Amino acid sequence: MSDEAQPETEPAEPVGDARAGITAARASLAGVGTEPGVPKQDPILKASGVRRAFGGLVAVDVQHLEVQRGTITALIGPNGAGKTTFFNLLTGFDRPSRGEWVFDGRRADRMRSYQVARAGMVRTFQLTKALTRMTVMDNMLIGAANQVGERFWAGLIPPMWKAQEAANRAKAMELLERFKLIDKREDYAGELSGGQRKLLEMARALMLNPKMVMLDEPMAGVNPALKQSLLEHIKDLREEGMTVLFVEHDMDMVHEIADWVAVMAAGQLITEGTPDQISADRRVIDAYLGAHHDAAQH
Amino acid sequence: MDWHFVLSQALTQAIGPTMLVYALGAIGLNLQFGYTGLLNFGQAAFAAVGAYGLALSVATFGLPFWWGIVVGLGAAVVLALLMGIPTLRLRADYLAIVTIAAAEIVRRLFRATVWAEHTGGSDGMREFSDPFFNLNPFPKDASWTFAFVSMDGGRLTVDFGLFDLQYSNRDLWVMTVGWALIAVFLVIIGLLVHSPWGRVLKGIREDEEAVRSLGKNVFAYKMQALAIGGLIGAVAGFVYALARANVQPDTFSTDFTFYFYIVLILGGAARLFGPVLGAALFWFLYNILAQGLSEAINSGLISPEVMNQTQVGPLVFFLLGLGMVLLLIFRPQGILGNRRELMLDVR
Repeated sequence: MSDEAQPETEPAEPVGDARAGITAARASLAGVGTEPGVPKQDPILKASGVRRAFGGLVAVDVQHLEVQRGTITALIGPNGAGKTTFFNLLTGFDRPSRGEWVFDGRRADRMRSYQVARAGMVRTFQLTKALTRMTVMDNMLIGAANQVGERFWAGLIPPMWKAQEAANRAKAMELLERFKLIDKREDYAGELSGGQRKLLEMARALMLNPKMVMLDEPMAGVNPALKQSLLEHIKDLREEGMTVLFVEHDMDMVHEIADWVAVMAAGQLITEGTPDQISADRRVIDAYLGAHHDAAQH
Repeated sequence: MDWHFVLSQALTQAIGPTMLVYALGAIGLNLQFGYTGLLNFGQAAFAAVGAYGLALSVATFGLPFWWGIVVGLGAAVVLALLMGIPTLRLRADYLAIVTIAAAEIVRRLFRATVWAEHTGGSDGMREFSDPFFNLNPFPKDASWTFAFVSMDGGRLTVDFGLFDLQYSNRDLWVMTVGWALIAVFLVIIGLLVHSPWGRVLKGIREDEEAVRSLGKNVFAYKMQALAIGGLIGAVAGFVYALARANVQPDTFSTDFTFYFYIVLILGGAARLFGPVLGAALFWFLYNILAQGLSEAINSGLISPEVMNQTQVGPLVFFLLGLGMVLLLIFRPQGILGNRRELMLDVR
């Protein structure tokens, strides 16, 4: 995790599609086919034969998936398609029955969850996991990687870690500023609203300087005003060179920010493509979009 | 009724050798339960392996005193590993079940007749504390008076008028060592919980999955907390064994663990000074109730038809239990706790 993905200091202005990241991301995916498991130019994640069975029920059986570096990729599918299970497998929160995957050049299928995070793939949770009885600032600081003071014996000797702590604190302040939580930094995380907790969780993940951010239903239970700001924050991640993979139900959101969409149904990857291609895909409409889209029209 | 005697007894006990045992045990438990959220229901077992490690080494195997201390501490680490390795990857309740069972196993092993010739079975062991008391700097025949402090044949009396504190020279030595240990552990724990290491522990208490997702090896941290808390529990066992100059298996029953919990919750969990304040208050209340009721019966204030001396013990525990329930209803955060923190929804 030597990558210096330093966060920008100034708060991001929404500049629409004029940003450099999106152009690069779309360009890197130009001309890629739509069959499931299609190879990409520069995949940061390459998974093969990933299977997870609970007894006789096969929850996930993905033949092949590649995620292009520097893009925002959406993982969609109807309820019970195995998206979250697949997500848990990739991040080490569940063990596959079989399968292997390479993250950023390293075999990651045998890694434990904390090793996956250290390798640069950091996730958030569908049900936000703020550390409620800790301050917002402590929530941020705990995210920083390679802390000397997190070793037991070093914890006893403050001079060993005070300087590093100050640097982490400065970085946390920048991120809190950017996520508009700066005024809340001494409040308990449990006192934040649901939306603010989502922001905190994302900001906290950035404390690790991740290469890839995995968002499990980032828009679940978020009000429309906050939704827009969350979308901008996710686009910013791409601008900073991070790769984003997110699970989502909300097709509007997928359309707005995803460069690429992978569709799962019944545990399998059924197709891939750009959002427009996916919307036009008969199989996807059959499996998922048809009913869902009609309902979403109100 | 002799109020002076009752108050003196209770206050003497409130900072005396037994209170130190409760304070030390609860300091260890505070790291495990208060800061890390580990439900260790076997703190009595850590005290037991400490006490027996010392007693067996010195009395049975004739090892030097300091080796006995090393053996006791080593046994606590081994116990932490034995209980932690199978359970700390699982949900929190598994640790609770395993520790409560392990504590009973430990007690019954020390009680077993099979090796009673070494352990003394249910009678326990003595004759291991001489090396400790040989180091006692308080002479047993000193007699002097200085203002309201007087020493009479090795017995210290501090007379405050309304009450006095009285300690034998052996008590004084145990208290010197015990309070020094408390000071040392409070400094260590204070440094630890305000370090990034302690922050990870608190994070684990709040949500270990979240902490795992941030790249921390949660299992290793929980193991460290269990072992360090257990080591302090073993030290409580040393003080307990030495203060009484004997060890008995049945003193390390499940009750012992729950006294540590009462002390911790009374004082305030996850508060540095909670265990010390809780221990002093718990042991003061216990003694003032026991001595007060006993005195009241002796002086005829309570007629023998209402209750007799043998009923004092159970009634005291009834009253303490009631007090505990009221505490949990009206001040669940304990004396030093932070209500605002406790009222946050923890799911």
